[in-house]
Amino acid sequence: MRVLILGITGAVARRVAMGLHARKHTVVGIDTRPWPDAPKGIEVHVEDLRKRAAEDLFRTRRPEAVVHMATVTSLRVQGEERHRINLGGTRVVFEHCQAYGVKHAVFVGRHTFYGAAPDSALYHTEDEPPKELASFPELADLVAADLYASTALWRTPQLATSVLRVCYTLGPSAQGTLATFLRGRRVPLVAGYDPLFQFMHEDDVAAAIVRAVEKRPRGIFNVAGPQPLPLSVIVHQAQRIGVPLPLAVLRQLIGRFGLPRLPPGALNHLKYPIVVDARSFHTTADFQHQYDEIQTVQSFLAANPPPPPRREQVRQRLETLGVIKR
Amino acid sequence: MRRQEVEERLGRLELPFNAYGVDPYGVSRWHLGVVFEVQAFFYRNYFRVKCQGIEHVPARGRAMLVGNHSGGVAVDGAMVVASCFLEANPPRLAQAMAEKFIGAMPLASVWASRCGHFTGLPENAQRLLEDERLLLVFPEGARGTAKLYPQRYDLVDFGTGFMRLALKTRTPIIPFGFLGGGSAIPTVANLYGLGRALGMPYVPVTPYLLPLPLPVPLEIHYGEPLVFEGTGNEEDSVIQGYVEQVKARIADIIERRRHERWQGEVKP
Repeated sequence: MRVLILGITGAVARRVAMGLHARKHTVVGIDTRPWPDAPKGIEVHVEDLRKRAAEDLFRTRRPEAVVHMATVTSLRVQGEERHRINLGGTRVVFEHCQAYGVKHAVFVGRHTFYGAAPDSALYHTEDEPPKELASFPELADLVAADLYASTALWRTPQLATSVLRVCYTLGPSAQGTLATFLRGRRVPLVAGYDPLFQFMHEDDVAAAIVRAVEKRPRGIFNVAGPQPLPLSVIVHQAQRIGVPLPLAVLRQLIGRFGLPRLPPGALNHLKYPIVVDARSFHTTADFQHQYDEIQTVQSFLAANPPPPPRREQVRQRLETLGVIKR
Repeated sequence: MRRQEVEERLGRLELPFNAYGVDPYGVSRWHLGVVFEVQAFFYRNYFRVKCQGIEHVPARGRAMLVGNHSGGVAVDGAMVVASCFLEANPPRLAQAMAEKFIGAMPLASVWASRCGHFTGLPENAQRLLEDERLLLVFPEGARGTAKLYPQRYDLVDFGTGFMRLALKTRTPIIPFGFLGGGSAIPTVANLYGLGRALGMPYVPVTPYLLPLPLPVPLEIHYGEPLVFEGTGNEEDSVIQGYVEQVKARIADIIERRRHERWQGEVKP
C-alpha cells in the first residue's frame, strides 16, 4: 500500500514510517523539517503541507492512505500561525484526499481534548464531545481540527476516516507533552491533587497507528495502552523530584526557575485526570500494546536519567573550563 | 495487631493492583492501608459498630449497596466501607459514589479517588459495575446527610438513577439500614451559606458547634439482595415503584431494629 505521512519527522511519525516500511508498504513523507538519516526506501519531502508542492505529491504519488500527524501541539507556538497550520492544514489534507482518490485518512489527535474537570467521568468514551475549550482555550485549534476530521466521516463517506485520540506518549525519545514535563530534575505538582495520567510507549503508539492504517477502522477511536498511574507515582518512578505547590503560587512560578512553561488551562491537567476508554479501538483494530506502564516509565528513565543537581552542573562546567580541578 | 489485620485483608482484596500498588482506577494499596487502619480503630473501638447480615454482600461480582444516610458527615459511608473490608470474607472494597464537590477539593479528591470513591456520575457507576465491583450508593444524596437530629431515622426522597443503573447492568441491590449516625453527629442546624462559600452543600452544626462525631455505638444491618428485572428504560412510574420497594425495605430494617432496641432485645 502507498502511504503518505504528513509530519513524518516527529518522534512517533518516524516510528510509524519505519513500521509501515518494515511491513512492505511504500512510505512517502512530508514535513517542514528534514529527516537526513531517513532509512533507504522512505521518501521524505521538505515541504509545507499547504503549498502547491505538497498537493503535487498527492497527485503524482496517488497514496491509498494518508496519516495526518502534521499538527502543532507545542504550546510555545501560539496565535494565527498555529491556527493556520492546525486547522488550515487539516482542511487541505481532507480536500486533497477527496480530490485525489485517497481511500483512507488517519487523523492523529490527543486524548486531552476531552478536558480535565472535577465532574468528568473517569474513563472518557468516544461518545463524549471534546469539551476542553472552556478551561483551555489554547487547545481550541487542535480540538477544532479533530472535529473537522470527524466531520469527514459523513461529509466524504467514500473516504474511510479514522480519528485517533491518542493518550500521552513516553519513551526513549523524550518527546511529547508528558516527556517534556518530566525532563527536568524537579517536576511541579499542584498541592492537594494527584491526577491519573495515561500514557503509552511511543513504539506502541506507532504500532497502533500502523494497525489503523492496515485495518482501516472507520470512526473515532481512543487509543491507549496500559493502565493509568497517578502523576506522583510516575514522577517518583522516573526518579524526579515532585514539587507540590499551591495553585496560586504555581501560577506565578510557571515558566520561571527552570519550571516548564504552561498556559493557565494546562494547570487543570495537573489537578484532574483525563483517562480514556480504548476498548473500541482494541476490538476494532485488533490491537494489543506490548509495553506495560512499568516498562514504559523504565524506558523513559533509561534514556533520560534525571539531570544532576544545579550545583553539580556548575561544578562540571567549571572543571571543563579548567577554572577548578577535581 | 490492627496493622497486621489490615495488611492481611489487603492481601486478600481481589483487586488488580500492579507492581506499583495501583489498580486501573487509580485505587492505591498504600492509601487503602492507611485509611483502613484508621477506619478499623473507629469501627472497632470508637463506634463499636454492630454489623448484621454481611453474608448478603456477595463474595465477588457486581452488587449495589443501597442504604440510608445517617449523620451530618460521611461517617455512615466510611463505616459501611469498613464493614465490607473488615467483616466480609473475602474482604471487599465498597466504592462509594461521592458528591461532586469532593472531586474539586484538594486532598479530599486525592484520598477519595485513591480509595476508590469517585464522583457520582452514571458513567463511573456503570463502568465499576460492569467491572464486577461493589458499589455503595446513598440515593438520598446530600439531602440525606442534611437531616436534623429529630429526623434522624426518617428517609427523604430517593433518586431513581440507581434503579435504572441496576436494571441496565443487571445488578442485585443489597439494602442496608444504618443506625446511630444521627446520634453520633446530632445536627441541630445546617449552614448553607457558609457551605457554598467553602464549596460544599452546607456545614452541619452540632450543640457543641463542630460536626465531630461522638463515640456512639453504630449499627449496620444488611438485608437480603433485591433483584429487579428490566432494561432501565422503563417508564418513570415503573422505576418509581421499584425505588419505593427498596425504600420500604430500608425503612423496614431501620424500624425493626429500633423496635428491637426499644424492647430491649439483644440480637447479634
